[in-house]
Amino acid sequence: MQNILLSLLIWLPILGGGLVIVLGNERATTARWMSLAIAILVFFMSLSLWTGFDSSTHLMQFVEKSAWITQFNINYHIGVDGISMPLIILTTFSTVLVIGAGWEVIQKRPAHYMAAFLMMEGLIVGVFSALDGILFYTFWEASLIPMLLIVGIWGGDNRIYAAIKFFLYTFLGSVFMLISLIYMYNKSGSFSILEWHNLSLTATEQAWIFWAFFMAFAVKVPMFPVHTWLPDAHVQAPTGGSVILAAIMLKMGGYGFFRFSLPITPDASLQFSDVVIVLSLIAVVYIGFVALVQRDMKKLIAYSSISHMGFVTLGVFALFLAYDSQAPEGAFLGLEGAMVQMISHGFISAAMFLVVGVLYDRLHSREISTYGGVINSMPKFTGFAVLFAMANAGLPGTSGFVGEFMVILGAVQANIWYAVLATTTLIVGAAYTLWMVKRVFWGVVTNPAVETLNDINGREFSILAILALAVLVVGLYPQPMIEVMHTSIEHLLNQALTSKL
Amino acid sequence: MINTVQFDTASLMVALPEIFLLSAIVVVLLLDLFLTKPFKQVAYYLTQLSLLITGILSFNLIGQPETIIFGYSFVLDDLASVFKVFMMAAAMVAMVYSRHYLIQHSLFKGEYFVLVMLSILGMMVMVSGYSLLTLYLGLEILSLSLYTLIAIARNRAGAIEAALKYFVLGAIASGLLLYGMSMVYGISGSLNIAEIATFANSTVLASREILVLNFGLVFLVIGIAFKLGAVPFHMWVPDVYQGSPTSVTLFISTVPKIAAVAMLVRLLVDGLGSMQPYWSDLFMVLAILSIAIGSIVALMQTNIKRMLAYSTISHVGYVLLGFVTGVITGYSSAVFYILAYVLMSLAAFGIIILLNKKGFEADLISDYKGLSKHSPWFALMMLMIMLSMAGVPPFIGFYAKLFVLQQVISSGMITVAIIAVVFAVISAYYYLQIIKSMYFEEGDKETTVNAPMDMKLVLSINAVLILVVGLFPDFWMKLALSLF
Repeated sequence: MQNILLSLLIWLPILGGGLVIVLGNERATTARWMSLAIAILVFFMSLSLWTGFDSSTHLMQFVEKSAWITQFNINYHIGVDGISMPLIILTTFSTVLVIGAGWEVIQKRPAHYMAAFLMMEGLIVGVFSALDGILFYTFWEASLIPMLLIVGIWGGDNRIYAAIKFFLYTFLGSVFMLISLIYMYNKSGSFSILEWHNLSLTATEQAWIFWAFFMAFAVKVPMFPVHTWLPDAHVQAPTGGSVILAAIMLKMGGYGFFRFSLPITPDASLQFSDVVIVLSLIAVVYIGFVALVQRDMKKLIAYSSISHMGFVTLGVFALFLAYDSQAPEGAFLGLEGAMVQMISHGFISAAMFLVVGVLYDRLHSREISTYGGVINSMPKFTGFAVLFAMANAGLPGTSGFVGEFMVILGAVQANIWYAVLATTTLIVGAAYTLWMVKRVFWGVVTNPAVETLNDINGREFSILAILALAVLVVGLYPQPMIEVMHTSIEHLLNQALTSKL
Repeated sequence: MINTVQFDTASLMVALPEIFLLSAIVVVLLLDLFLTKPFKQVAYYLTQLSLLITGILSFNLIGQPETIIFGYSFVLDDLASVFKVFMMAAAMVAMVYSRHYLIQHSLFKGEYFVLVMLSILGMMVMVSGYSLLTLYLGLEILSLSLYTLIAIARNRAGAIEAALKYFVLGAIASGLLLYGMSMVYGISGSLNIAEIATFANSTVLASREILVLNFGLVFLVIGIAFKLGAVPFHMWVPDVYQGSPTSVTLFISTVPKIAAVAMLVRLLVDGLGSMQPYWSDLFMVLAILSIAIGSIVALMQTNIKRMLAYSTISHVGYVLLGFVTGVITGYSSAVFYILAYVLMSLAAFGIIILLNKKGFEADLISDYKGLSKHSPWFALMMLMIMLSMAGVPPFIGFYAKLFVLQQVISSGMITVAIIAVVFAVISAYYYLQIIKSMYFEEGDKETTVNAPMDMKLVLSINAVLILVVGLFPDFWMKLALSLF
């Protein structure tokens, strides 16, 4: 008897979403409660991944494997290690939040809205747990569909453009990945990702496969210069859509580097690490400045997301340099920092978008200039907002600090100048975040509508409080999380540094 | 050389499905004369029953050893039987959809069903044809029935234009095909596929003989490409698709494609298999052009039937890619693709017909605005169909593309695979246009669905199969592989 926990985490939300659709928009209240119940149930079930996790091994756990398409030796093969497990919990956690966040705001087809998020949850858990190339690709692509609909149906005025741009961008990125998946199947006779880790590939093959993967993952992360879909999608998406997009979907790209690029094409990763590092630094520095001049709060946070995700790719690819300069701990720190940064960014970006969502629900404007002096009418809310802003700026004690600090430590070992450039983000990040806080929350009230704002209600308070707790816990005591990842990261580091040539 | 035709019971049994269908056609044709107005529906039900029985008869012949009868002109193998079963199934589904359309647009006539059955008979002959003559005969039965079928809407200028265009271009294509056949016959001295294969296979061919064979081959390829609608022989496809009554478009875009693939297999794989390097090169050009033109030109269409015509062209490109590989598994991937395509195309035109009303063709993309609000279920079905055509998993269209691409890559043609996927992304844009209309835009007019229950049910099953077969494609892939 296989342990079917992972399958439940994938299929329960998908089937539950189907059930919610059947309930229909007419019975909206039932549909809302049912979606929340499913999301909470799935979240608690996913916690047993954590409690039942053996952090002393890098091997896959909770593995399920059964034949799917025997013609191509494609299996329904899923399992988690220390890299994917935290991301799955992040997914189930965020879904609970977005369902709560869309509770009252979404009046247009509420049941379909909730169902889309539930289905997406299942599909993304599938992405993080798939150990078969085609299964991974199937989940990867299928998760675009609910997001396309969420942006397109419930988005802002320019939603159609944003939704289609989002879809085509990511679709274009991933078809090249498909080609390399098939190529590796033809070479190895298997679609098993774990077998590919040991597949020997020549330098040329690795280079092609590396860039094919890079197209897919870089679009998703997103890295400079293929990031332009993100501000559009974020600005147009409803709050819940932005949260899932920033908190989880971007992580799929980062996860791809961990699961595919490093272990399958280690030599090409080494060869091209400079290119990726330069692109990451451009994202960190240049996009940080771009964020500074935004007038739209959501756009500002979207650009800040790109900048923060630059740390992830920086941490991943700095490992080669750090290793070259005889500093294996630096390599390790960078990689682990990237992982921590992904989780932490999941919390912070979700929180930031929810904060903007709270304001948008009240005044239907995302423009910074609409606000000013919000603290006067919404003191509780401002408390949370400032905390999250600090976390976004990387204040020690919040989760934002931990990941960035680790990556910077890794980068110092790699090349001091890279570290110096990366560190400027602490200044620029603080600048754009705090400047926004100043203009939105502090100062004098210029817009009379701001005076009439109601402070957050119990529902909003609990959502923000949960996130605040998460940000602080990871910031003050990241040890448990790092421990879970430790062995898997160590193994990955070995794989990445072992030449296949 | 055996040229005596034997008509014993054993050999007749092999052709039982065709014989039955022919008898049924005669019965329905005669009966229809005597049916008074309230009983006109009988012709429809009899047609469905005949197709069902023909399908069952063909199904029973699956697994029979390869038999060649009628003086080496008619072959029965698994490929033929399986294709016939699929053709019957597709035709029955098409008939269910057609009935709604015909009633809405006052085109419901007995002749319609007789012509459909006749064209199916022609296709069955094509599928089982084992000599150049039988193949040509089957093709002509099919084509002539189709020309008439389009013109059945005789008070519509568009339909007459489409029928004429199809007829003129089709006649030219038939002529070219016949010319090619005469070349092959002239040099090999036989009409029989097996003997042609032996001739083409022999190692002592003079270069002069190879030249003539090649010359004939080019014309055969043109004839097939025309029937499949591959670029640059695709000009008729958009006009015929758009001009024909939608029920006929639905039919033309599905069942005959299976027959055309069968004819391709008979002529080029069974007959001129040893010339594969030559026709592969030709197909490569056709395939890439089809995928490219089909994807790009479809972007500008506002008429959904015309858009689907270009989409068909690009799908045909993928089918041809499967044949380009020149290996057995590659041919299987092409067969899997064409069957998957038929399933999707049936459902797509089914949705168009579903929304049809008297005086409303539902053939503009803007007609789909706000469909997700009035009819969420069928909007969801259309969403799945469009995503499947775009090649997004977990729908069947993806696995069909996966199969073909895997074969293409394993034949070492990675560049071709890259070109194909890039155009797949481009084509995703126009499939998204439909989704955009249905989901993201508000409709100004109510597009209500007043189709009968049977149509709704069959259409739902049809569309859900796109997902289900996509989730469990193993059986169908194995089936496609067992055919060669």
